[in-house]
Amino acid sequence: MSDWVHLAIVCVVLVPLFASPLAVIVGYRTFAFAIAWIASGLSLLCALILLMAVKDGTVLSYAMGGWAPPIGIEYRVDAANALVLVIVSAMAFITLPYSRETIRQEIATRHHTLFYACLMLCLTGLLGVTITGDAFNVFVFLEISSLATYVLVSLGAKNDKRALSAAYDYLILGTIGATFFVIGLGMIYQATGTLNMVDLAEKLSGMEENRTVRSAFAFLVIGMGLKVAIYPLHRWLPGAYAFAPSSISAFLAATSTKVAIYVLMRFMFSVYSVKFVFELDLLEYIVMPLAVLGMFVGSAVAVYQANIKRLLAFSSIAQIGYMLLGIGLVSVEGTTATMAHLFNHAVTKGALFLAVGAIIYRIGSPLVRDMEGIGRQMPWTGAAMVIGGLSLIGVPATAGFVSKWQLLFAAFEKGWWPISMLIVASSLIAVIYVWRIVETLYMKPVPAGRDVSEAPLSLLIPTWVLIIATIYFGIDANAILSISEVAARSMLEGGYLGDATIVGEVGR
Amino acid sequence: MEQFINLEFVLGHMNYWFFVVLMMTGLYVVVARGNFLKKIVGLNLFQAAVFMLYISMGKVAGGTAPIFGDNPDYVYSSPLPHVLILTAIVVGIATTSLGLALIVRINEVYGTIEEDAVLHQDHLIAAEEAGVTPRHIPGEAES
Repeated sequence: MSDWVHLAIVCVVLVPLFASPLAVIVGYRTFAFAIAWIASGLSLLCALILLMAVKDGTVLSYAMGGWAPPIGIEYRVDAANALVLVIVSAMAFITLPYSRETIRQEIATRHHTLFYACLMLCLTGLLGVTITGDAFNVFVFLEISSLATYVLVSLGAKNDKRALSAAYDYLILGTIGATFFVIGLGMIYQATGTLNMVDLAEKLSGMEENRTVRSAFAFLVIGMGLKVAIYPLHRWLPGAYAFAPSSISAFLAATSTKVAIYVLMRFMFSVYSVKFVFELDLLEYIVMPLAVLGMFVGSAVAVYQANIKRLLAFSSIAQIGYMLLGIGLVSVEGTTATMAHLFNHAVTKGALFLAVGAIIYRIGSPLVRDMEGIGRQMPWTGAAMVIGGLSLIGVPATAGFVSKWQLLFAAFEKGWWPISMLIVASSLIAVIYVWRIVETLYMKPVPAGRDVSEAPLSLLIPTWVLIIATIYFGIDANAILSISEVAARSMLEGGYLGDATIVGEVGR
Repeated sequence: MEQFINLEFVLGHMNYWFFVVLMMTGLYVVVARGNFLKKIVGLNLFQAAVFMLYISMGKVAGGTAPIFGDNPDYVYSSPLPHVLILTAIVVGIATTSLGLALIVRINEVYGTIEEDAVLHQDHLIAAEEAGVTPRHIPGEAES
């Protein structure tokens, strides 16, 4: 087993990285697809091996190239980032066969190999951000994934020219965010002289009053907050999700903001200590109100959207609010809720975007008003939309319920019952927009002259894999909650910073 | 008596003042300019400021290039921030070129690279999709 772990911890990032140029070199889109799919499959396998190895709370450490940390770059895996690794690689593995079908309509044929190459780069970046234990390495991987994402979003321009301006907006805001992040890193490097996260945590522990350290924290949180799309910093998100190709919307909605939230938590709780963040009152007076505001504004704006992908994008902003709320509670229960919601929302929103993509594949329009009665013409896709919608609201027996329940529980545990009321109230707004979708899909008559059939199997299977996961993790609630709790403890109780099992060779 | 402005402190951190001014100039250009190309220029200024921050933090007074010889009293600047910023420069170039490529495509499709005009076209499409007659649309005056 340990041999496999030693391989898995490197290969999870390296395989998609090498798959990317390979997909361009082979030049045939079928081969490129095969390479990308196999690579993401191998990544998923590696991520699962890592998750199995760390689910009891062990921490793995791997020194890149044998250079011992803190000088060398360290890959450090605990339950929290292993879970995120699984989310990211699984989403790539599931959406790739789907994109093979949809991009025929959405992207010019000669660009298909480049599409796969960009997707692999994006995957590499997201996985790298998650796995690395070196603060500057986070920035490098972040930019790899972001640059690939801008390209992927702009590829939606064949169907809607607004994809270009959305990609440009995302580029400007994403770069400002990343540059803020680098400024923050520069400042903590100035204060401590190290970039390894564990080493940073050790050296920062006595420097809470240092002004450089404090302003660095502000830069890091704002920079990463832009990538997370914390409520007032969310401007790039609706456009990017709405106008990207269908499969990319699903992939991004399920992964990119989740990875950013993970990094935010890692920097707040591991690199800076829980004590530091708590004493700053940042969470209570800034993050919590913004999270609540995001929950309400996101849901309320979603109700009025004409474009269904935009509707789902605004709903994502609301869901990000729930995750931030869990962080804001600064308790093991709250962080458990965040980790669980990270996973559950990725599955749910991924499934919804895939189902929407299947409808768009058939009718060629993302507008809600063009989808009247489509539930009767495409019963399987319609059913997927309904189940996904129920999970967004948080109806029992769906994944969304489990994490929302945990969040309510965490808020009560802390004695913040008004917050719990707000969680319930904002879920009620979700009922409105989900009902709007259901009403359009099933209650409205099928317009005359529209003769569409069910989506092809290559679109239905990925969608239903995620829908079944939504139901499974809704019923077997413990599966995800137990691993989330291990992750939360590793974050908040310093497990990540403790003794690690060293895998691979160190010694130069 | 303590001076109100510590001149030595201000002058001693000259490079940081430059960094702050350059950074804010860049950020201001990104936010305030409506031309997509000028926004990219602003973004470049902003990033260049960060390069300056990193490079100046690695500087040791009297230090030279970090190449070891036989001299044990050798004073050298910290190479690590310089290496880090090499990476960031590469990232900056990639971002700039991608941004410029996007501008070319925007110009092809929209026929303009002014933010107001692009937003105007976007809002017209959005209004049509929503099935409403727009009352106020940003950028109306310009186009």
